[in-house]
Amino acid sequence: MKRYIIFLFIAVLGWTLAQTFRAIPFGADRRGNLDQPDRVAAFYLKESPETLQTANSITAIVVNFRGFDTLGEVTVLFLAATGLASILYRKEEDDETEERITLISSSLVRTGAKILFPLILLLGIYVFIHGHLTPGGGFQGGAIIATGFLLMLITYKRFDTNHNLMVWLESLAGLAFVATGLYGLFTYGSFLQNTHSVGTLNDLISGGLIPLIYIFIGIKVGTELTNILDILLKIKPGKQS
Amino acid sequence: MALILFLIIMALILIAAAIFAVMQKDLLFAVLATGIISVVLSVFFYVLQAPDVAITEAAIGIALTTIIFIITIRNTSRNEDEYTENHINKFDK
Repeated sequence: MKRYIIFLFIAVLGWTLAQTFRAIPFGADRRGNLDQPDRVAAFYLKESPETLQTANSITAIVVNFRGFDTLGEVTVLFLAATGLASILYRKEEDDETEERITLISSSLVRTGAKILFPLILLLGIYVFIHGHLTPGGGFQGGAIIATGFLLMLITYKRFDTNHNLMVWLESLAGLAFVATGLYGLFTYGSFLQNTHSVGTLNDLISGGLIPLIYIFIGIKVGTELTNILDILLKIKPGKQS
Repeated sequence: MALILFLIIMALILIAAAIFAVMQKDLLFAVLATGIISVVLSVFFYVLQAPDVAITEAAIGIALTTIIFIITIRNTSRNEDEYTENHINKFDK
């Protein structure tokens, strides 16, 4: 009896899915008319270069049209990092020496890491500062910065990120994001309202709040991911903690 | 035409790496296979005109996720069967 109910449930689910897929016109142009936008996609494609002066319409949607959702995403990442840190937190014993890696890397890896580390950081900073002009943004830039720190963490035994500084930077960046939103709320009556002029298209300082917020998000994501990796790498191998 | 041929080869590599990752008992090689999946996926995202997603996939999928899995393997066990014997069958006895 139970089995038949399950089959019936799956059949109803499949039928609903099939109906949904039949309603989607695959391969058709779904952007709509750009001059008189009746669809959401056409509205965004028209408004982001004209009203917001933003070349990358994806970041215009993510930060300007849907800025509040981005705050939620940042909060999710923050909660994930906090949860991981609270699960893996362990008091250090006095005679304990922290051994992140047991083997010394070869000189080729060490020299390469030394050369690549500043370049990777520069690329990450470039990606999040130019979020409104070129592909990428705060999350991407932060992830690239974290890979740079990861390279140094697994190459050098002595390389240590300043944990306190990282936590402070992360918290301050998150607070600055919220403060920017609240400033817009109190002066113009809407959360994350563009408080200064949007500038001209393709300028570095343009797109209203996008560069400012992406700098905050980039710092926050970069420090958060670096902290997660640092915590994970400090677990002692073969020991149940 | 050359692009389509390239994409077909890439898709075959992706499917092969995915099957390898599921079948492989040595977990280190399975994790490396998932890294290969991420490389191919980021190429696909770039070709399908989603460079934002391609950058994210390249940074997180290839570097961070792979390293986190490798750290986990270092702290647990490299062989799948060995881990099952040591940790899961204990509760059955």
